[in-house]
Amino acid sequence: MAVFLNRDTRVLCQGMTGWAGTHHVARMMEYGTQVVGGITPGKGGRSHLNLPVYDRVADAQVETGANASIVFVPPPNAAAAMIEAIEAELPLVVAVTERVPTLDMVRVRAALKGARTILVGANSQGILVPGVGKLGVMATGSERPGGVGIVSRSASLTSEVVAQITAAGLGQSTTIGVGGDPIHGIGMRECLELLLADVDTQAVVLIGEIGGTEEEEVAEYVAGLRPSKPVIALIVGREAPLERRMGHAGALTLRGRGDAAGKIKALESAGVRIAPSAHLVGETVRQALAGRG
Amino acid sequence: MKIHEFQAKHLLAPYGLTVPESGVAIRAEEAGEIAGRLGGAVMVKAQIHAGGRQRAGGVRPAETPADAEAAAVALLGEALVTDQTGPTGQIVRRVLVEAAVPGQRELHLALLVDSAAGEVMLIGSSRGGADIEEQAARGELRIRELRLGTGREARAQVVAAFLAGLGLEGAVHERVCALVDGLRRAFVELDASLIELNPLAVTDAGTLVALDVKMILDDNALFRHPELAALRDEDDTSAVELQAQRHQLNYIQLDGDIGMVANGAGLGLATLDMLVAANGRPANFMDIRTTAKSLDIAHGFGLLLDNPATRAILINVHGGGMQACDTIAEGLGIALRRTGRSLPLVVRLAGNNADFARSRLQNFGCAVIDCPDMWTAASQAVALAERRA
Repeated sequence: MAVFLNRDTRVLCQGMTGWAGTHHVARMMEYGTQVVGGITPGKGGRSHLNLPVYDRVADAQVETGANASIVFVPPPNAAAAMIEAIEAELPLVVAVTERVPTLDMVRVRAALKGARTILVGANSQGILVPGVGKLGVMATGSERPGGVGIVSRSASLTSEVVAQITAAGLGQSTTIGVGGDPIHGIGMRECLELLLADVDTQAVVLIGEIGGTEEEEVAEYVAGLRPSKPVIALIVGREAPLERRMGHAGALTLRGRGDAAGKIKALESAGVRIAPSAHLVGETVRQALAGRG
Repeated sequence: MKIHEFQAKHLLAPYGLTVPESGVAIRAEEAGEIAGRLGGAVMVKAQIHAGGRQRAGGVRPAETPADAEAAAVALLGEALVTDQTGPTGQIVRRVLVEAAVPGQRELHLALLVDSAAGEVMLIGSSRGGADIEEQAARGELRIRELRLGTGREARAQVVAAFLAGLGLEGAVHERVCALVDGLRRAFVELDASLIELNPLAVTDAGTLVALDVKMILDDNALFRHPELAALRDEDDTSAVELQAQRHQLNYIQLDGDIGMVANGAGLGLATLDMLVAANGRPANFMDIRTTAKSLDIAHGFGLLLDNPATRAILINVHGGGMQACDTIAEGLGIALRRTGRSLPLVVRLAGNNADFARSRLQNFGCAVIDCPDMWTAASQAVALAERRA
């Protein structure tokens, strides 16, 4: 039983009739994901990719028995689409859309308070459960069913790490992209919690980068928990010119710089094993699992 | 998107912010004229997109119009280096000439988005000034925080209690409450990421005057504010970086000799780390967004090939579901045909359509050094750059 996605997951696609929705829904179905319908306001009653199209999430949910959705709606209406899915109480929503306005995501976060929905993203590559299904836009081919869970802020590095883990003779239980924007739905710490509780997951890889405080929150959580499964982290951006990327004004520095050295130190002292370089993640995981005998 | 102090002050006036009387000068004599018109002492303030101006000498008091002109002569056209600009500083192209306002006390107030909480946050402290962060770090000043949810609700009572906690009373307290409510509306309506008043002066008469304002707008929301998008000052961005932005590329100029390209920000950061770990010096950071087409990518490679400092180029691509390797190979092929320059090209191609990308490169006649993994590629690029040094 992987995290989030299994053979019973029935998926709606919000924004299915656009280019991205059309392309990726077809790839998801090829991979074995059960997509049961799409939502495009104004196009209800039509059929697309041989699937029914609805105007509203709530109607689609009743008609299809869907329990998840993936959002490809462009930025101006992406937040409204996420909030509609949250209000329809879909258990899982993955938002792929990039460049959603920050204050729109603040409204989405407010809608999530006390709601039944888990939101992954926005600006997420989605969730992949090798051999079972994908709810996302990642390329497939180098993944293999196995016991390593991956939580990541970066789509490109996730593909890289998946390939390395497979090359190390291991496989993946679930990969989750929390999204590249500062404000998103589920965070790294909550994903780690779910993967540590998952019986199919034997080790967890965190892929973090400069900026924000999520890696520090993970460090605090791991330090308090001392999990029995190995947790491995790759933190990139050690050599990034900070003042260029994050040359924020006075008040923002009060929120912490989020540099790589600080994150690595916090994670290391919490007992997380740090991959020394991006090309050594697979090997670090292999050693961590072998070390446990 | 950072905007200038004078722009922020102008934007926030309709929301109840009072600022000193002022004018903007692009020539020194204009600064003198503005000072003459304002009468009395003025402040001459460099308009750049970075904080720390005061400590760097970018904010100068002037008693007379002649002093103001002299201050403007010293600032205009010069690079101002502050602790937030990076070592090359930013060229001062405008100065704001403002009537000097004697404050009885100064406060610090800011609205920003707290990413961990996912809420708008009000922060404030009972003193303002250039060194409040240092004071807070030494424990001499408490910076208080209040979450405001989406920022759409007024929460008047909670805000009033918070501001009373900064030691405000009576009419001044009421005025700050009204101002914060105006700023909150501005923050939401203008899609701001930061509005910071530091300091906000309380005059002897008990009125509020914002002496300095910093404001950052959300780039992702500019589609619904075309009038704000027009405030962008591209002078601070290099021509190369601007071209890159127009072609769906994130490009940052660095001072080394190895050109670097990756698809995706995370892989790009990892590549940069690896180049430095292999004792290389990156000439740039370039990350190809998933929305870039092969012609955009060709443009990006063109920027790298045009950089005279570049001695070798490292291309690290992991083809994903949204952008396969061959799109990037095609971009490289087009760029090489356009340019006369030949540089060692070290490529590492993995993931979606990697083999197809190799055959595309062959068809283009691109001589590349094909490496099986990132570390080999980074080390190769470093070795080749050294050989040509």
